[in-house]
Amino acid sequence: MGKLVFYVALALVVVSGVLFAPEHAGLAIHPMDQFTVEALFGGDHVAWYTPTNVTLWMFLAIGAIFVLLVLGSANRGIVPSRAQSVAELAYGFIYKMVEDVAGKDAVKFFPYIMTLFMFIVTANFLGLIPMSFTTTSHFAVTGVLAVLVFVAITVTGFVLHGAKFLGLFWVSSAPLALRPVLALIEVISYFVRPVSLCIRLAGNIMAGHAVLKVFAGFAGALGFASFLPIFAISAFYALEVLVAFIQAYVFTILTCVYLKDALHPSH
Amino acid sequence: MATNTHDAGHGAADAAHGAADAAHGSSGMPQLDFSTYGNQIFWLLVTLVVIYMILSRVALPRIAAILNERQGTITNDLAAAEDLKAKAQEAENAYNKALADARAEAQRIAIETRAEIQAGVDEAIAKADVEISAKAAESEAAIAEIRASALDSVKIVASDTASALIAALGGKDDAKTIAAAVAERTEG
Repeated sequence: MGKLVFYVALALVVVSGVLFAPEHAGLAIHPMDQFTVEALFGGDHVAWYTPTNVTLWMFLAIGAIFVLLVLGSANRGIVPSRAQSVAELAYGFIYKMVEDVAGKDAVKFFPYIMTLFMFIVTANFLGLIPMSFTTTSHFAVTGVLAVLVFVAITVTGFVLHGAKFLGLFWVSSAPLALRPVLALIEVISYFVRPVSLCIRLAGNIMAGHAVLKVFAGFAGALGFASFLPIFAISAFYALEVLVAFIQAYVFTILTCVYLKDALHPSH
Repeated sequence: MATNTHDAGHGAADAAHGAADAAHGSSGMPQLDFSTYGNQIFWLLVTLVVIYMILSRVALPRIAAILNERQGTITNDLAAAEDLKAKAQEAENAYNKALADARAEAQRIAIETRAEIQAGVDEAIAKADVEISAKAAESEAAIAEIRASALDSVKIVASDTASALIAALGGKDDAKTIAAAVAERTEG
């Protein structure tokens, strides 16, 4: 039965590709258009307060998080409903990550890290909806997320340990002659952290979405053979679903690793 | 950064390509359009604050409470199960004990009943024995009596016969001699 449905769907894709092929096939690939920030209610000028598609999709992310974590757990069931078990799963996943990676005393940062993870993962998944806008594909967004992590961790480190926090850069287990060199490298790597957090997330999401758009452009250009890029898009979309989760996970776990440095700076 | 320049190059090529890019023609890569940064950062901060409020005020405490409650329920249920198991064990022990008691009681009753019946039977036998011996003695006495009366009858008949014989022979009967002769003969 499943096999039959599969073949019927396959045939439909091929036939529709033939039937709906544009009369004048032309290569019109604009992979970056999808990232354009536009005012929602018309107008060319985008001021800092203008409601834009960024606003829309961020608020949709808030809505999705609200539905999942608040409405999903509204029943407070001892035996969880489906939504509630997903909410519990997310909670347990991040809580355990914070506890295991950053240590027991990092648990007070858990709401903050959970906020980061939930925002990134929902924004990534919402971005996978066709025609949507992906907020996490913008360096302005991921950059702020990364800088927030960087500032929070640096401030935490200095508040908790004072000048001893600088010991993070002074590798006391290395030979004395090497320590200044290592300290320089450590300082550079410390300041590269937010940059890498920012570029990694936005770069992955942007590249994936751009590739999808490029394949879609091929589909428009190939006429009756358009089903080939459509299959490629399907396959690549699955990969993007994986990437959407993994990048949120990576961002969160790196935050936990950095947080551990701030809480226990001994090298 | 190589990717960025590559993408930017792509964008530039696109811009050269078509009219669609005219709307935002200044930069091929919207990510590098700094005029929108303020907008994005503002809305991002709003979003993060809202999400943080939702999570820290409502969602996380509630989910933590649910998980705790479940843990508590599970612990309680396990304890209750342990309790019930102990009770079941107790009940089984009580049952076994009752069974053993009942068995012992039944045995005791059986033995008692058997002894009672045996005693009854013995008594009846003894009684019957006594009765039998009494009856036998009685019978013996009756037999002796009958025998004695028979002897007496024999003596009378013998003496009558003897006197009749003597009379027939023309003799004179002497009662004393006949009685002595009969006694001598019947004794012998």
